[in-house]
Amino acid sequence: MDVIKLDTSAEFTAMADAYERSGGDPSVLKMADVSSLVVSGNKILSANQTEGVVLEKESTESGVDIMLTIKKGYTIPNPVHLCFGVLPKEGLQQINVTMIAEEDSSVELIAHCTFPNSEHVIHKMDGKIIIHRNASLTYNETHFHGKKGGVEVIPKAKITIEEGGRYYTGFTLVSGRVGFLDLDYEVDAGKDAICELNAKVYGKGDDKILIKEKVFLNGENARSVIKSRVAISDNAVAEFTGVTEGHAPYARGHVDCVEVVQGNAIAKAVPIVMVDDPLAKVTHEAAIGSVDKKQVDTLCARGLEENEAVDAIVKGMLK
Amino acid sequence: MGGVYILSVKNIKLKRDGKELLRGVDLEIGECEIHSVIGPNGAGKSTLAYLLMGIGGYSPEEGSVHFNEEDITQFTITQRAKHGITLAWQEPARFEGLTVHDYLSIGAGGTGKVSENTLRHALEMVDLSPDKYLHREVSEALSGGERKRIEMASILTMKPKLAILDEPDSGIDVVSLKEVVALIQDLKKNGSSVFVITHREEIVAASDKASLMCDGMIVKTGSPAEISDFFIKKCKPCDVETHDLKGG
Ligand SMILES: Nc1ncnc2c1ncn2[C@@H]1O[C@H](COP(=O)(O)OP(=O)(O)OP(=O)(O)O)[C@@H](O)[C@H]1O
Ligand SMILES: [Mg+2]
Repeated sequence: MDVIKLDTSAEFTAMADAYERSGGDPSVLKMADVSSLVVSGNKILSANQTEGVVLEKESTESGVDIMLTIKKGYTIPNPVHLCFGVLPKEGLQQINVTMIAEEDSSVELIAHCTFPNSEHVIHKMDGKIIIHRNASLTYNETHFHGKKGGVEVIPKAKITIEEGGRYYTGFTLVSGRVGFLDLDYEVDAGKDAICELNAKVYGKGDDKILIKEKVFLNGENARSVIKSRVAISDNAVAEFTGVTEGHAPYARGHVDCVEVVQGNAIAKAVPIVMVDDPLAKVTHEAAIGSVDKKQVDTLCARGLEENEAVDAIVKGMLK
Repeated sequence: MGGVYILSVKNIKLKRDGKELLRGVDLEIGECEIHSVIGPNGAGKSTLAYLLMGIGGYSPEEGSVHFNEEDITQFTITQRAKHGITLAWQEPARFEGLTVHDYLSIGAGGTGKVSENTLRHALEMVDLSPDKYLHREVSEALSGGERKRIEMASILTMKPKLAILDEPDSGIDVVSLKEVVALIQDLKKNGSSVFVITHREEIVAASDKASLMCDGMIVKTGSPAEISDFFIKKCKPCDVETHDLKGG
């Protein structure tokens, strides 16, 4: 175990604070047996790598370049924590990240992105993820934004899953204002690969949400689920595009989108399913509408006011 | 008949989409009374239950509903719930992401208002293992029967003054019918009045009073034995003009 750098500066403390306020436990960022990386703007405030994890990072003009490798055969016992943030009101953070899970390895990554004071912050993430044979990679990213909504979040990722590999990802942006989100994930799933893409977003004010998730089931028996849950209110707009293409025998895919709309918000869902192998099967379901009346009535019959009931239902859906 | 009525419904008429669904319903329910109502499919039993709960689209054209002598005819669902009225749906809603714990807590007045032990106990009462169910989602992942049991558990934790139960026995295995009867009696013991819609003779038998509903009206109210007759005689669709019940 090798503690590369441990920062105790005011900036680290501020990031750790923001991290804590966003529901994280900052003590993990200092634990020797937890791989972690804390980046504020383009500054690497702390980094730690544990056995089986190789974490290369370099500060760039407007962000960081990261190369994370999970060595062959290693199951990383503790989740790897990544913490990205921009503390000032304005700024650009460009994260270029490559993640490689070598054969038979397994890892869970937890990323927190926090922009507590944002008035105009741009956070871009360009990701390349390769999951080799029989490896498993779980990547959960949670965002915490301020109340003003001046954030642009633009995460793009290309994911390749080799034979027998597994990829689970969750993107959550439900606290604070979204601002502008343009998420674009594309997965190429090989033989027997399993892939699950989850997104949960709550948009308010004039937030704009674009979610594009594409899965190409290229290997025999590859399986995928794209699941998105979006709630929008006020004048927010959301557009979800879920693409799944089945190109190999016994490939199975499913696209599942629920969007709940309140106020003047506008939601659109575009499931695109395509199959060119007679033995593949891809299904989809999409539901857009206001909150289910029976659910609201039920909670009101237990004593909640209507707005409290709607809130409880939406929060449940986005949990 | 004397006594104190907690609920008093007078001449309720309700139309929906031009169709008369309730055609002058009169009903009185006493304090700590179990009052069951039977009647053929489509008689308007669920419609009456929704109207009593104040569900949107079910407000009457005519007539009144009094609860503890207060006119609640125009009350919202929440106002009625805050007065102690609640409803268990014939087919309960499902909630993605809401756990049994959250759901029961809401009925009990909010998280933290009631101890976890109370919630566990309510689950035990409906024969669901608390360890297995407390942190599960009230979603599609639960079977219809499990969902009905959770609905009953939520009524138990809410401790209402008036519980309206729409077919608590449906979708529950026959073996458990006794438990449903026991739960209804428990509610009564804890001070609730119960208005229970049912197709089961056993539930009528366990009631203090029973009514027969037919074609949008309550056509007869009496002792369980009197009403149970109609299970035996097989109430044929009655003559609407005379409500000739002797024809069976
Ligand atoms: N919006 C509506 N417009 C017109 N008719 C309706 C509407 N809603 C319900 N009905 C009709 O009202 C009648 C009463 O329905 P209700 O569900 O109250 O019956 P019920 O007695 O509860 O029957 P069951 O024993 O099957 O549960 C039925 O004939 C039904 O088709
Ligand atoms: Mg009914």
